[in-house]
Amino acid sequence: MVTTDRFYQTLLHIVMLILCAICVLPFLLLISSSLSSEQSLVIRGYTFWPSHLDLSAYKYLFIGSKAILRGYIISTLVTVLGTLLSLVLTTLFAYPLSRKNLPGRNFFAFFVFFTMLFNGGLVPSYIMWTQMLHIKNTIWALILPNLLLNAFNIIMMRTYFSSNLPEEVIESARMDGAKEFTILTRIVIPMSTPIMITVCLLVGLTYWNDWLNGLYYISKDQYYSIQVLLTKMLKNIEMVKKASSAGASSMTLPSTSIRMAVAVMGVLPILVVYPFFQKYFVKGIIIGAVKG
Amino acid sequence: MTSHKQHKLKMFLPLYLMMVPGIIYIFVNNYIPMAGIILAFKKYDYKLGMFRSKFIGFSNFEFLFKTKDALTITRNTLLYNVVFILLGTILAITIAILLNEIRNDKAKKAYQTLILIPYLISMVVVSYVVYGFLNSQFGYINKTILSALNREGISWYSNPQYWPFILVLVYLWKSIGFNCIIYFATLVGIDKGYYEAAEIDGANKWKQIIHITLPSLKPTIIILTLMAIGRIFYSDFGLFYQVPMNSGALIDVTNTIDTYVYRGLTQLNNIGMVSAAGFYQSVVGFILVLTANFIVRKVSKENALF
Repeated sequence: MVTTDRFYQTLLHIVMLILCAICVLPFLLLISSSLSSEQSLVIRGYTFWPSHLDLSAYKYLFIGSKAILRGYIISTLVTVLGTLLSLVLTTLFAYPLSRKNLPGRNFFAFFVFFTMLFNGGLVPSYIMWTQMLHIKNTIWALILPNLLLNAFNIIMMRTYFSSNLPEEVIESARMDGAKEFTILTRIVIPMSTPIMITVCLLVGLTYWNDWLNGLYYISKDQYYSIQVLLTKMLKNIEMVKKASSAGASSMTLPSTSIRMAVAVMGVLPILVVYPFFQKYFVKGIIIGAVKG
Repeated sequence: MTSHKQHKLKMFLPLYLMMVPGIIYIFVNNYIPMAGIILAFKKYDYKLGMFRSKFIGFSNFEFLFKTKDALTITRNTLLYNVVFILLGTILAITIAILLNEIRNDKAKKAYQTLILIPYLISMVVVSYVVYGFLNSQFGYINKTILSALNREGISWYSNPQYWPFILVLVYLWKSIGFNCIIYFATLVGIDKGYYEAAEIDGANKWKQIIHITLPSLKPTIIILTLMAIGRIFYSDFGLFYQVPMNSGALIDVTNTIDTYVYRGLTQLNNIGMVSAAGFYQSVVGFILVLTANFIVRKVSKENALF
């Protein structure tokens, strides 16, 4: 009995390890290719392990190209600003919804929920944002359309507040004369760290990874975020040449590995940040999923 | 009575005020475009705008459904989604059950972390990864695998017959981690007592899975599937546009309603026909989710979405 159990556990580990390898290994191809020299790529193609290390693609990106730096600045700005704004809006909406005695609570909840079931589609949104609100080729094009796009975040946060915060705590704070806004900032938010971090991460991820709004609303180089740059570069290596400073023209362009290097630059921040937040993230998804 | 009402309003006013920014935003971002759906029945004129353009009845739809595109995009969107829902659910549940069976907590956490990584990455980067494998000159598959087998390289981006499989694989690779964690969350919540009781009754692992685990997952499966059915007329634009690199040769197997609408909007400049496609997508999707929910309500009321 014990031996069959050992065997069973070992088998499980082997299966899971293979699955994890499938999830992670493809990125190795990306990283390895970005670190290979142009000649070895021509001879051996993209491989999982570079035959000898060559940093010229990265050298080119950092020294020769203004576009990458600018893309990073735009991406960071959009991610920080968008995430903050979105978190504030989501919290301000979710907290009143979590109060069971608020008149009209169901109406407002439905107001949000309905956006998950039905929408106008791309054409009316596009026309509204470009013809009525004129966000085309501004930084707002990368921030505004995504602000509360995910109604699920509001619903998840509301559920967390109403099931994890005892009503007595809020009631007694009000007895002591605390205003609603004070209750929210001093009691509710500090008591809800897991959900705040989860929503923050989900929204931050959306902003960092967003290339769609750039594709729809941005046509000027100076507003290209790193993901938009990647989108344009996949087909067109000229993008990098065009966007780089004159000093780079003396360097030869490692055009094959450079694409992979930009892609690595696009995922790097996520892969660096994720391990630190991983425990909140997985827990947050689990909490949100069970309760939501 | 009135003073009571006044008191109540005064008490809740701050809460309503908090919601104002969110209400305005959702109204502008989500509800105004819903009204814009009437564009499908209009001859859009940039000068006149969304609401003052001329009504032309169903001619936009007539144009759309006379093309062979209408059939292709409907077929692609529906078939891919059906395969995604079926395979995605089965795989996610299987992996969640395997993960739940592992007793070493540290290893379990590590596996959870690693299988989520593809979910965190943007579709653009995924398309670079796919490109690394499939590029005809330098790609890993042509250069390393096929050449080792002494086979000639395949020009992947111009051969449509491979793409249904490639797209399904990419979809599963990217999404499975997240779905698996959601199912796993439900499994963690199952009372351990059921399993102990079953073991005493002599039920083996397989029987426990059939009689305890799967029934406990039923509500989650139903809700996630209902939500997926509501999105069955939508597709991940990145997966179908970015990953095949917008290759014209592949359009028969990669064109979905979303990519069609985008291409129409940016290239054809035929707002009328594109709006008709958008209307078709939103309204049929809505009807589908209402129908699916209605059926679930008939079968078991507590599992319905609303």
